[in-house]
Amino acid sequence: MSIHTRRGARALVAAASAGALVAACTACEGYVGAGGSSLFGGDAINVLMVNNPQMVELQKLTKRHFTKDTGIKVNFTVLPENDVRDKISQDFSNQAGQYDVATISNFEVPFFSEHGWLRDLGPYLAKDPAFDQQDILAPVRQSLTADDGKVYAEPFYGESSFLMYRKDVLAERGLTMPAEPTWQQVADIAAKTDGARPGMKGICLRGLPGWGELTAPLTTVVNTFGGTWFTKDWKARLTSPEFVEATQFYVDLVREHGQAGAAQSGYAECLYNMSQGKSAMWYDATAAAGTLEEAKSPVKGKIGYVKAPVNKTSDSGWLYTWAWGMQKASKKSDDAWKFISWASSKEYEALVGRESGWANVPAGKRASTYARPEYRAAASAFADVTHRSIAATKPRDPGVQPRPAAGIQFVGVPEFTDLGTRVSQEISAAIAGRQSVRAALRASQKMAERVGEEYQD
Amino acid sequence: MTAPTAEPHAPVTPAPRVSPPQPPNRLKAWATRAPLLPALVFLIAVTQLPFVATLVISLFDWNSLDPDDRHFTGLSNYRRAAEDEALRESVLTTAVLTASVVLATVVLGLLLALLLDREFRGRGVVRTLLIAPFLIVPVAAALLWKHVLYNPDYGLFNGALTWVAARFGDDSPPQPDWVSEMPLLAVEASLIWQWTPFMMLILLAGLQSRPTDMIEAARIDGAGNWQIFRYLTLPHLRRYLELGVLLGSVHIVQNFDAVFTITAGGLDTANLPYTIYQTFYQAHEYGQASAAGVLVVIGSIIIATFALRVVSSLFTEEASRS
Repeated sequence: MSIHTRRGARALVAAASAGALVAACTACEGYVGAGGSSLFGGDAINVLMVNNPQMVELQKLTKRHFTKDTGIKVNFTVLPENDVRDKISQDFSNQAGQYDVATISNFEVPFFSEHGWLRDLGPYLAKDPAFDQQDILAPVRQSLTADDGKVYAEPFYGESSFLMYRKDVLAERGLTMPAEPTWQQVADIAAKTDGARPGMKGICLRGLPGWGELTAPLTTVVNTFGGTWFTKDWKARLTSPEFVEATQFYVDLVREHGQAGAAQSGYAECLYNMSQGKSAMWYDATAAAGTLEEAKSPVKGKIGYVKAPVNKTSDSGWLYTWAWGMQKASKKSDDAWKFISWASSKEYEALVGRESGWANVPAGKRASTYARPEYRAAASAFADVTHRSIAATKPRDPGVQPRPAAGIQFVGVPEFTDLGTRVSQEISAAIAGRQSVRAALRASQKMAERVGEEYQD
Repeated sequence: MTAPTAEPHAPVTPAPRVSPPQPPNRLKAWATRAPLLPALVFLIAVTQLPFVATLVISLFDWNSLDPDDRHFTGLSNYRRAAEDEALRESVLTTAVLTASVVLATVVLGLLLALLLDREFRGRGVVRTLLIAPFLIVPVAAALLWKHVLYNPDYGLFNGALTWVAARFGDDSPPQPDWVSEMPLLAVEASLIWQWTPFMMLILLAGLQSRPTDMIEAARIDGAGNWQIFRYLTLPHLRRYLELGVLLGSVHIVQNFDAVFTITAGGLDTANLPYTIYQTFYQAHEYGQASAAGVLVVIGSIIIATFALRVVSSLFTEEASRS
C-alpha cells in the first residue's frame, strides 16, 4: 500500500500517534494485569509468590494434586523477588484483599503483624494437629512468630547461606577447601581457580541492586568483618573502618575474580553461572543446592558445600525463610489455610521427592526432613551443612556488637527495603567501576543517618 | 502518579448562527451545549480528579508501612523532594535520556523514511519489518535487550564479537560487559530501537504528502538531489519533525520499562518515573511520591508550554512566508 493523498498521510500520522498511545499504555498495565479476580468462581484463592524454582514446582503440582483432592482452585501470580515484595507490601498495607496468600518472609512478619495485616494462624494450627508445628526448626519458627507470641506465617522453605565450590576444579588445581573457610582463604582460592576452565571465573557474588539481592550477602560479610549498619542506639555506621573494609573486600573480589556482568547479576544469574560451569565458587543461599543437585543439572555431584566464610565471628550465614502469610482481609481464610498447610506439610515434601527427586524438596524448615532416609541419600552433599547453618543462626545477635533490630542480612525495620536498595545501587555502581567504594559508602551513610534519626529518641 | 499527556479537549460547540437580533441568545447556546455536558463532566472526573487526589495526598505524611501515623504536614513533602539528591539527579538523567533518544530516533527515522519513500520491490515487506520493533511490548523489548543482546556470557553482541574474531584467528576477543560499562547508553539503545519506527512513520507520512509537481519543477530548473532535499523537502517536513519530537518526548520522558528492566535503576540510570516508583513502592512514602509527581507535572507543563510556543511561532512564520 502506498499513500499519495494528504488525507492518507494524515491517517498515517494519526495511526502512528495512536500506536504510540497504545504502546505507552501497555506499559501502565504491564504490572497490574496479573492479579486474578474472584470472577473465576467462588472456590479459587489467589496466591502471590516469588518466582524461585521451588515455587514454580509448587505451581505445577498444585493443579494435579491440591486442586484435584480439595476442589480448591489456586490462581498464582508469580513475580521476581524485588517486584513481588513491592506488590505484597502494596496489597497488604491497603488490605486490598486481592491476594489471600503471599510469600512473605521473616523480614516482614514483625511489622506486618504489628499493623494487623496478617491473620493469626494459631487457631488453624490448633485444629490441624497433623501439620505438626513443633517439627518446624526453632530459629525458623521463632522468626515467624511475632512479639505477641502468635504465629503469623508458615515456612515453605528455610535457608541460610553457605559456600558452594567445584570439587573437581579445586582438585585439579591441587587446592583443598577448609571445612570452615575464612574470607581470605576464599579470596585466595578464587584467584587460583580463575580461568581454570575456558570462561570460568573464580567466584560468583551478587551485584544486582536490591535489598534482597546484593545487600543480603554483602551484609553477612559486613557482620563477620565486625561492621554493622547501626549501633544499638541507631547511629549509622556505614563509613566505619570495618564496614568499609568489608565492602572493599567484597567489591574487589567480585571485580577481580567474579562473574562477567557482575553489576547486573543476582541470585538467578549466579545460579545459571554455577550450573553452566562459569564459576568455580558461589557464596549464596543454601536453597540453591537443591537446584544444583537435581537430576538434570550439568554440575550434579561435582559440588562441595561448606559453611559461610567468616572473618571475626564463628558463623556468618544468614537466616531467611519464604513463608506463607495469609492476608487478614482474605474472605477465603479456610481454603487459604488448606493451601498453606498442604504447601508447608511433610506430605508435600514427600510428593516433591517422588515427583521430581528428593534433592528438590523445599527443605530447611522441618527437622523431620533431615531424618528421612530418602532425603539424606539424595541431599547427602548439602543436607547436614544446611541443617547446621540454619541451626547456628542468631538473628538477634549476628555480629560483634548489639543490634537495634533483629535480622542478620537485613535490619528488621520497614525503612530497610528502601535504604538497602538505595545503598545497593551505590555499591553496584562501585562494582561496575563507576565510583569508589568510599564514595559509595559516603553517599550511603547519609541515607542511613536519615533512617537512624527517625528511631533515635 | 499522573503524567502529562495530550488530552483531548472538550468538544467544541458550533457557534450559533448569526441571525437577526434575537434576545436570549445564551439560552439557545446552552440548549446546544446541554447534551454535551455529561461527557464534559465525565472527562473532568476521569482525567482531573486523580490529579486532585494526588495533590491532596502530597500534603500528607503518609508511609503505608506505618498507616497509623498519617497526618497533614503542609508543604514539607515538597521541601524534602526539592532537597532529595536522588530526585535531582534523576531530573538530569531524564533530560539526557529523552534528548538523546529523541534526537537519535528523529535522525534515524528520517533516513529510513527517505529510503522507504523510493519505489522498490518488496517495499511493503520492508516497511512492515521496520515497524515491528514499535509493536513489541516495551517490557518484552527491554528483556530482549538485557538478556538476548547485552548479556556478557550468552548475549548476541559478545557472541558476534567471538564469531568475527574467530574468523581472524583470534581466540580471546574482547567481551565487554555492555550494561556495566555504558549503562545509560544501553538503555538509550533499546529505546532508540523501539522508537525509530514511530518517527519513521510520521516522517514517511510527511514525505508522501509532498506536492510532486513542485519537485518536478525544481528538477526542470536544474536542482540537484541535495538542493531539493534542503530547500523543498526539509521545510515541508518541518511540522512533521516537530510533531515527532513533541510526541516522542512526551512518551520517552515517561519511559519506565527500559530503566526498570535493564539496569533496575542502578548505575546512575534512574530517571524520574523510576525514582518516583521507588519512593512509592519501595520506600512506601505515598506523600513524598505524590509531591515528587506533582513537581514533575508542573515542570513538564512549563517545558511543554515553552516548547509549544516555540513550535507555534514557527508555524506562524511558515504561514507568513508562504
